[in-house]
Amino acid sequence: MRKMLTIISNVLRGSASRNKCDLHKLEEGPPLQAMLSREEGLQYYRTMQTMRRMELKADQLYKQKIIRGFCHLYDGQEACAVGIEAGINLSDHLITAYRAHAYTLTRGGTVREIMAELTGRRGGIAKGKGGSMHMYTKNFYGGNGIVGAQVPLGAGVALACKYLGKNELCVCLYGDGAANQGQIFETYNMASLWKLPCIFICENNKYGMGTSVERAAASTDYYKRGDFIPGLRVDGMDILCVREATKFAAEHCRSGKGPILMELQTYRYHGHSMSDPGVSYRTREEIQEVRSKSDPISMLKDRMLSNNMASVEELKEIDVEVRKEIEDAAQFATTDPEPPLDDLCNHIFYNNPPMEVRGTNPWTKLKSVS
Amino acid sequence: MTVTVRDALNQAMDEELERDERVFLLGEEVAQYDGAYKVSRGLWKKYGDKRIIDTPITEMGFAGIAVGAAMAGLRPICEFMTFNFSMQAIDQVINSAAKTYYMSAGLQSVPIVFRGPNGASAGVAAQHSQCFAAWYGHCPGLKVVSPWSAEDARGLLKSAIRDDNPVVFLENELMYGVPFEMSEEVQSKDFLIPIGKAKIERQGNHITLVSHSRMVSLCLDAAAVLAKEGIECEVINMRTIRPLDAEAIETSIMKTNHLVTVEGGWPQFGIGAEILAWIMEGPAFNYLDAPAVRVTGVDIPMPYAKILEDNSIPQIKDIIFSVKKTLNV
Repeated sequence: MRKMLTIISNVLRGSASRNKCDLHKLEEGPPLQAMLSREEGLQYYRTMQTMRRMELKADQLYKQKIIRGFCHLYDGQEACAVGIEAGINLSDHLITAYRAHAYTLTRGGTVREIMAELTGRRGGIAKGKGGSMHMYTKNFYGGNGIVGAQVPLGAGVALACKYLGKNELCVCLYGDGAANQGQIFETYNMASLWKLPCIFICENNKYGMGTSVERAAASTDYYKRGDFIPGLRVDGMDILCVREATKFAAEHCRSGKGPILMELQTYRYHGHSMSDPGVSYRTREEIQEVRSKSDPISMLKDRMLSNNMASVEELKEIDVEVRKEIEDAAQFATTDPEPPLDDLCNHIFYNNPPMEVRGTNPWTKLKSVS
Repeated sequence: MTVTVRDALNQAMDEELERDERVFLLGEEVAQYDGAYKVSRGLWKKYGDKRIIDTPITEMGFAGIAVGAAMAGLRPICEFMTFNFSMQAIDQVINSAAKTYYMSAGLQSVPIVFRGPNGASAGVAAQHSQCFAAWYGHCPGLKVVSPWSAEDARGLLKSAIRDDNPVVFLENELMYGVPFEMSEEVQSKDFLIPIGKAKIERQGNHITLVSHSRMVSLCLDAAAVLAKEGIECEVINMRTIRPLDAEAIETSIMKTNHLVTVEGGWPQFGIGAEILAWIMEGPAFNYLDAPAVRVTGVDIPMPYAKILEDNSIPQIKDIIFSVKKTLNV
């Protein structure tokens, strides 16, 4: 059975037709048909499942007090991160806010180093010094804790892309809560004036912490809030919608037309962070309904199964592999030692001779190297 | 030859723009207006729109854009028309620029210079007269520089631009037009002043005066007056606020046994407060023959009327008075 599928796999492609996106100041939107190859489908499935399980494991570790501080989980929104990455290249740039574990993964981080960062160990992607909100990889600028601050940063990255002439762009993400920040409108203005290759993406998961979009925004048409910037509103639970919209947006930027804005309608199963049960401002019924009707992983799975692109066993096998990967990573993350104390004062300055840093009292002089 | 501080800054930027293509300048009125204080005069004409960028009046936005550009490989000079306006953008300076190299454990550096006039000017009243040396000097991850002379301006700005870390460069509007002698050595294209090293502008044996920016002028003037009475002041120009060159100050105190700090900013939690704390905790304490004191701006928002403004910042007579009190003469 499997061999048969393998033979067919190169030929068989699933095609999906999707709903039209809502458009703002755009003549036409992304194509209504998308092609999905078996390889792509399996890869998206695996990545989304990895993200899902990684976040759930983080939930577990947090409740065991092995992860501390802030922990903002992404489960439910997987189609956004995976779909966006599928629409751009690794040589493009991306920046987001604090709900960033999934993006750290799509941008080249490993589950091991992400989890070890959450548990604050030396094997963490930021050597344990950043934590949940401050993870970085090549062309991924975090992980940013201050709501909205990442948006001007992203436009700055886009400015560098344009300046250096490398035909790269920057994907700049923010949430429905951040969408009301003044600095975002300042950024829209400059990005538009200077035609920066910037894809602004609003991940609208309906709640800014505990405040629903209706209570926070006079206009909840986030895709229109860029005013003079063309925008589109996309189903963020459907990975093909996200991918096609991202490709469309990327094409817009790369052709020199300037910035574009995408609103992804999505949903987070967890509360805002681990300290928020997530049910005081929304009903369990609502969460359950999204899970049963719009779960991004289930939707992809159903699509692949109904198009005979994969078998149930195959997908189960991926699940098992993913589970193992997460277990191994969690094992590493809980056993890797914490950073050494003599790393405390390092990484203050780059390319700097070693210097002294005052400790907690005048007699304690600590060493700092770049 | 004599060069004004303004021209020294202009030449430093010009040379660094020429030297490294990744350097660019952005801020309000820096391009077509030639700079609100004409510090960037001629640069837009020479380098064009790509390298000299006029921004809208949106500090938080353009400071963030500058930081992002620095993260992605460029070397921006972000001008604040005055540092008072940097408060709009201070989150980007501290949280996005200063802390990132540390939070990323060395993965992400931010080679950016934030520059502009700082502190009191003349008649611009409370909202336009604050000194931010203490605020920025408080934060790890930043280098904070405060030039006094044209030579300082030139050498320190070049160093700041070549530094791979966020540097806050505090200029002074009243110093822009002041001319200084500049030797040939200082005029060379690779003349750099190291960040973190103070300079002794005047040698003396009786008392150490430590200051930064425009107040260095006042210290030297006060020292000239005191010299006539036989009191020889050693005047130290800090040049850098952070990292503080405590060693230079300690070495001087071990010689003179007396310390007066002089700053334009407010007293509480300020530059002088920090220097005095360092001295208390360090080897120079045992060499003090009298308590170290601070001369500072008056602890009030800056008033407008000239007579009030004049009495809100240190005057030469205040320095002389404090020196004599400290020396008990």
